[in-house]
Amino acid sequence: MSIASSETLTFECETGNYHTFCPISCVAWLYQKIEDSFFLVIGTKTCGYFLQNALGVMIFAEPRYAMAELEEGDISAQLNDYKELKRLCSQIKQDRNPSVIVWIGTCTTEIIKMDLEGMAPRLEAEMGIPIVVARANGLDYAFTQGEDTVLAAMAHRCPPLGASVEEQPTRGVSPVGGAPFEAALPSVPRPNESRHGNAHKGLEGQRGPGLAAPILDGLRPPEAPRPHSNQPPLVLFGSLPSTVATQLTMELNNQGIEVAGWLPSQRYLDLPALGEGAYVCGVNPFLSRTATTLMRRRRCKLIGAPFPIGPDGTRAWIEKICSVFGVQPCNLEEREERIWSGLQDYLELVRGKSVFFMGDNLLEVSLARFLVRCGMVVYEVGIPYMDRRFQAAELELLERTCHEMGVPLPRIVEKPDNYHQIQRIRELQPDLAITGMAHANPLEARGISTKWSVEFTFAQIHGFTNSRDILELVTRPLRRNQSLQGLGWASLVKPGV
Amino acid sequence: MKLAYWMYAGPAHIGTLRVASSFKNVHAIMHAPLGDDYFNVMRSMLERERDFTPVTASIVDRHVLARGSQEKVVENITRKDKEEQPDLIILTPTCTSSILQEDLQNFVDRAALESDSDVILADVNHYRVNELQAADRTLEQVVRFYTEKARKQGNLDTNRTSHPSANIIGVFTLGFHNQHDSRELKRLLNDLGIEINEVIPEGGSVTRLKNLGRAWFNVVPYREVGLMTAQYLERELGIPFVSTTPMGVIDTATFVREVASVVARAKEHSHDVDLRDGPSPWTGVSHDQFEAYIEEQTRFVSQAAWFSRSIDCQNLTGKKAVVFGDATHAAAMTKILAREMGVRVSCSGTYCKHDADWFREQVQGFCDEVLITDDHTQVGDMIARIEPAAIFGTQMERHIGKRLDIPCGVISAPVHIQNFPLGYRPFLGYEGTNQIADLVYNSFTLGMEDHLLEIFGGHDTKEVVARSLSTETGISWATDGLAELNKIPGFVRGKIKRNTERFAHEHNITEITLEVMYAAKEAAGA
Repeated sequence: MSIASSETLTFECETGNYHTFCPISCVAWLYQKIEDSFFLVIGTKTCGYFLQNALGVMIFAEPRYAMAELEEGDISAQLNDYKELKRLCSQIKQDRNPSVIVWIGTCTTEIIKMDLEGMAPRLEAEMGIPIVVARANGLDYAFTQGEDTVLAAMAHRCPPLGASVEEQPTRGVSPVGGAPFEAALPSVPRPNESRHGNAHKGLEGQRGPGLAAPILDGLRPPEAPRPHSNQPPLVLFGSLPSTVATQLTMELNNQGIEVAGWLPSQRYLDLPALGEGAYVCGVNPFLSRTATTLMRRRRCKLIGAPFPIGPDGTRAWIEKICSVFGVQPCNLEEREERIWSGLQDYLELVRGKSVFFMGDNLLEVSLARFLVRCGMVVYEVGIPYMDRRFQAAELELLERTCHEMGVPLPRIVEKPDNYHQIQRIRELQPDLAITGMAHANPLEARGISTKWSVEFTFAQIHGFTNSRDILELVTRPLRRNQSLQGLGWASLVKPGV
Repeated sequence: MKLAYWMYAGPAHIGTLRVASSFKNVHAIMHAPLGDDYFNVMRSMLERERDFTPVTASIVDRHVLARGSQEKVVENITRKDKEEQPDLIILTPTCTSSILQEDLQNFVDRAALESDSDVILADVNHYRVNELQAADRTLEQVVRFYTEKARKQGNLDTNRTSHPSANIIGVFTLGFHNQHDSRELKRLLNDLGIEINEVIPEGGSVTRLKNLGRAWFNVVPYREVGLMTAQYLERELGIPFVSTTPMGVIDTATFVREVASVVARAKEHSHDVDLRDGPSPWTGVSHDQFEAYIEEQTRFVSQAAWFSRSIDCQNLTGKKAVVFGDATHAAAMTKILAREMGVRVSCSGTYCKHDADWFREQVQGFCDEVLITDDHTQVGDMIARIEPAAIFGTQMERHIGKRLDIPCGVISAPVHIQNFPLGYRPFLGYEGTNQIADLVYNSFTLGMEDHLLEIFGGHDTKEVVARSLSTETGISWATDGLAELNKIPGFVRGKIKRNTERFAHEHNITEITLEVMYAAKEAAGA
């Protein structure tokens, strides 16, 4: 723990023989997020079987996604792909009546060069239903990057800015009185409304003897900053469960910053307006394509910040957004402190332990940064793809965190080779390997504690409120091992295997 | 194109990989894009496999699309040869690579020159065969490869063993209760005085395949995988095979009788084979002894025959059931229900369309109608129309049953992790009959119990959730808090509600808003 290193982060690149999920898996969470959508994966039995097995039980809840299973006639072009797709989409429209159909292109459509982008507009006009094309295939992308391709395609469909924005009177820099800030989302509380109908009663309204105000201080600064009245619109991008989206929106609201909308929104019909003058900020590290599209094609300004994962990340994210809008962040330090103090029991478990990321979902850098702050040592950060521009702020924070905690910088391995990684894990014997399911059981049998990485994709890990959930996942194998200690059967393979 | 939500049998390469990874020291290399190696996840999770699944991918990416694989595949094969020193490397095409039409055979030939391992290319067409057919073919291909190799090298061993012995063919990874079935089969054959020569592919070694010819006969327990191999061995080496599935009391007896006659025939032939010169001429089990064994097992070891006479089973008489699964299990289950338990099978079906004729012939006279389809919606519609008292099917039928409130016993792949039990649960042989009787009986009584509960007005328990804290403490829920609470999945909602109310109570908060909820979560990890 005493080794302080001075160099900067090192980046390596291996062979790319690693295990990850196919990017079409993004339909699993996106169909749930965008309630009026239907996802059609145009691929083969291989894709269908993957979705069926990887998404387990979800398949039985009548999901709003399906396979357009290509058969031999489609491959050899004996069937007209346009007619075939029209037939399937008509059936979907009839059965489900979605507001949008998202076509997910796969490896097969790439190889046979099926012109999905060309067919979609024609079919859209013919059927009167928007068709968005995302080429989320395993030839180009890994796992969570699937969401990136879908959101990049959706970014083109957002209405232009100015069409729907109300005229706001410019009122100088310091607004008078506590003008209520606009609620960007229906679920965002409007603090100054009285309790009529659905309006929510703000906390200031009940400073009665009954309320222990200090408890909520961490949530709501006593002197809430004034809303930044001529703040340009801010759109956040990245698919999060609605609960988490609401939480992050509230964190910004508490700093007096409005969120104009989210990409993706809960419904396709509510996509946020974009255009010159709008600011955008990502909540997940794998959204580089979406970021590029928003900047280049929709002329938005990108706020490059660390990602709101862990209390340190969340605070850095909010501070960065505040600084862009010229807002003095209020109460953030105390808020972060309070969260850390609530994590003490878990921090004791992880302090001084080592962790090895095999890499499969691109969340690795943010998680590594958070775990270093928790007092862990990170040996290696495997990652499928490293966009150093989009993740610049996160990488910088990782480096700074390592220096501050006095631990060596991890090696960052892009396109890792699982076979070599297993050799390194054998040598290093980390306390925890964060890995895909293909390797989890075999490593456990060899006495290495593992945490299955995909859980980080599906668990709620963003914002102050969910920091505990990350540690809940990370410490689970450690807690389990504590309770099984002394049984004497950590290694369960025959010698020499 | 076909609109599909769910499939019963997977793509071809899954079958090839299942066979490859069942053998010891055989490595499969898939020619596939990133993400197609989810087979490793399935095997590691479902089988709770302790060892790394011997499957890697030679990744097909943009560069491969542009320039072809060139050296990549050969390099990956030779690298694996050095790292793991497998006996055999099987290059496995996927649906993606089959459209690229690269000359994979050429890669295999080149890699074979540079490797100590044998290297072969799995010969399966992705657009024409499914997982089960591909597994059948691959197993035959591997056996043929090693039989021919041994013949060339002159070390093919075709001397029959001195005692009657059998190969068990078709037990492999991710198969439905295969591990337990294999143990039960060995026990059954052992009881009959028959030695086990080789079991393939599960746990088998390709270096021992040259000894397959030493067995007197082959046992093929499942129709889906192993028949091609058995037929090849019969053609090439004259080894007869028994392909009756010993599932249920009657079919197990049939199986034993077939084994008896195969052994007897092999003994007659043995006059012109050099068996007489064996170290200890086998005198053998007589026909009467086989019959006595069946008698003893049926009446006293297996409980199934007694169960079918008991009062419990009497109550099942004429109850309606639906059966669906792979050809082997669905046919056997249909016959067990109809012949051995007096249950009325309203519809019996299979998704093995390629084996439809055999299936129809098997279940003829044991069910009212036959359904051959691999479309789960048709199966669901059929079940909804018939409204049986119980379903015996795959995991898909279990979910259909859940939706329609009909109990379901799982009898066939595709399966979940629950179908890889740690306890001993064979479906074959005499212990298998006990397991099946339990499964059938429990499925029906569950349905009966629910039915009675409904008649008598449900469990007599107080609704716990109704005792909400809020009424006593004067805590109320604001609209936004309540909306948020309703977003939380049902199974944890009650706990979170209680924790939040306790938090509010401790801090003298009278109204639970969204913010209070989050504060509670942060404070307690609620």
